[in-house]
Amino acid sequence: MLVDVHAHFLHARTPRADWRERNVSRLTAGAKIGISVHVASILGSWGLTSPIYFPSPRDVSAGNDALLALQREQPDAIRGYACVNPNYTAHARAEILRCLDAGMIGIKLAASRRADDPLLDPIAELARERRVPILQHIWQHRRRDWPGQEASDALELCALACRHPDVAFILAHIGGGGDWLHSLHAVTLVPNVYVDLSGSGVDGGMLEACIESVGVGRLLWGTDLTMDTGWAKLRYLETLLSKDELALVRWKNAARIFPPGAFPAD
Amino acid sequence: MRVDCNAFIGAYPWRKVPYTSPGEVLKALDRTEIDVAWITHLPSLFWRDPTEGNGWLYKTARNEKRFKPVPSVHPGLANWEDVLSDAANSGAPAVRCDPMYLGLDPAGGEMRVLAAACGASRLPLILAVRLEDSRQRHPNDRAGDLPAAAVRALIRSDADVRLLVTHADRGFIEEVHFGSTPDEARRLWWDICWIWGPPEDHFATLLDTVGHERFVFGTGQPLRLPENSIAKLDLLDLAREQRDAIESKNIQGLMA
Repeated sequence: MLVDVHAHFLHARTPRADWRERNVSRLTAGAKIGISVHVASILGSWGLTSPIYFPSPRDVSAGNDALLALQREQPDAIRGYACVNPNYTAHARAEILRCLDAGMIGIKLAASRRADDPLLDPIAELARERRVPILQHIWQHRRRDWPGQEASDALELCALACRHPDVAFILAHIGGGGDWLHSLHAVTLVPNVYVDLSGSGVDGGMLEACIESVGVGRLLWGTDLTMDTGWAKLRYLETLLSKDELALVRWKNAARIFPPGAFPAD
Repeated sequence: MRVDCNAFIGAYPWRKVPYTSPGEVLKALDRTEIDVAWITHLPSLFWRDPTEGNGWLYKTARNEKRFKPVPSVHPGLANWEDVLSDAANSGAPAVRCDPMYLGLDPAGGEMRVLAAACGASRLPLILAVRLEDSRQRHPNDRAGDLPAAAVRALIRSDADVRLLVTHADRGFIEEVHFGSTPDEARRLWWDICWIWGPPEDHFATLLDTVGHERFVFGTGQPLRLPENSIAKLDLLDLAREQRDAIESKNIQGLMA
């Protein structure tokens, strides 16, 4: 069993003419890697009619609809995060309920609002009520604002996580750019923050630092935009961890924080 | 046969990187079934005189037949021609110069003279676009990425120079490849360590558009996990001969 906790799919109303090929490529590569379930999100229109990280409510709903359709087409392989923009509180809460009721299993927060902002509290409260995790897009050690996103870093996610100790938060793509060591130091003592290993970074020493900082019990395997790097990290973990430890990272930690029955072997 | 043309030995100055000693890199080669690694002394890339690490590099390579030394050369220092001679006499497969780390104009006169001398000596010149993602570097690590324009300028500067560019992504490769004449492009090789696989499929696209003969196996280890370059190949449906070419045979063309 292997769960990819950080996947994305595209759809017809995005700037990408090759959206079908990319979706097929993810599933084909996933079969080679041995991925059992892709837990995915769609960030609105991926920039077509509103910014990727600031999706309009209409685009949020359309993206989630597209993901629900994919989930229906591939019920064994695809699960969804409900992506929302916290600046539209009422829409975000309604969208989360709609998508969870339709079978999604988590919430995706990208970079529309800083993670420690009070506007995220009602979303975290819903996550607690429905017992689903929140995957939060993170810029590992944000030293300045970057165009196109209101990115959060680990310290800001930890502030939110400390306000909501009963919610599982997933710190996105530790290998996705930025100073991952800064993030690992930040999350060490915050037990409800889990580290997603995805991202294009395959730095020597990064996985050892992850294990040292949060232990194997808080690591989640994922790919994001680069499945080759995800597979590389998985292969390297096979040399670092025992079989039981590896199973935690491959799927058992995910099974613990996602709703019961979210995965076939759960 | 699998040859890693992009490996380093020794500590990295900007962060803790484990397993950088010769013995530990050898273990990584065993783990990933890499037969031969072209190695450069990593710490000296950041010294004022990067050639001061070459003596240690040659000695290390003499003691381990799976290592091939790629010495550093600094065309702004008076000894640079001696470094090329030493490299040729020592059987080095290539020399390395990373102008951005040396504070040199990457397409300036010193680099062009070096490129011409490498061409005359039949020694390939290796340049890295970057060693680390710019988003995660130490605040004092301000060396910029190698510009694609500099690679185009260098390949045009001498008809005999052959360049191996490491750590380049799809956009960089396309910009240089299609910004060069076919003859110039035939003297350029690219290591695969920084190219994305699925679902974006940059690597598959490049193999189709640029051609598999231009790519060589490289990892950037121990700064990067060598498993990545192997996973990238495993995710492609390559014919055996294409994979062999990337893993070992294309590099023969670079050295021819």
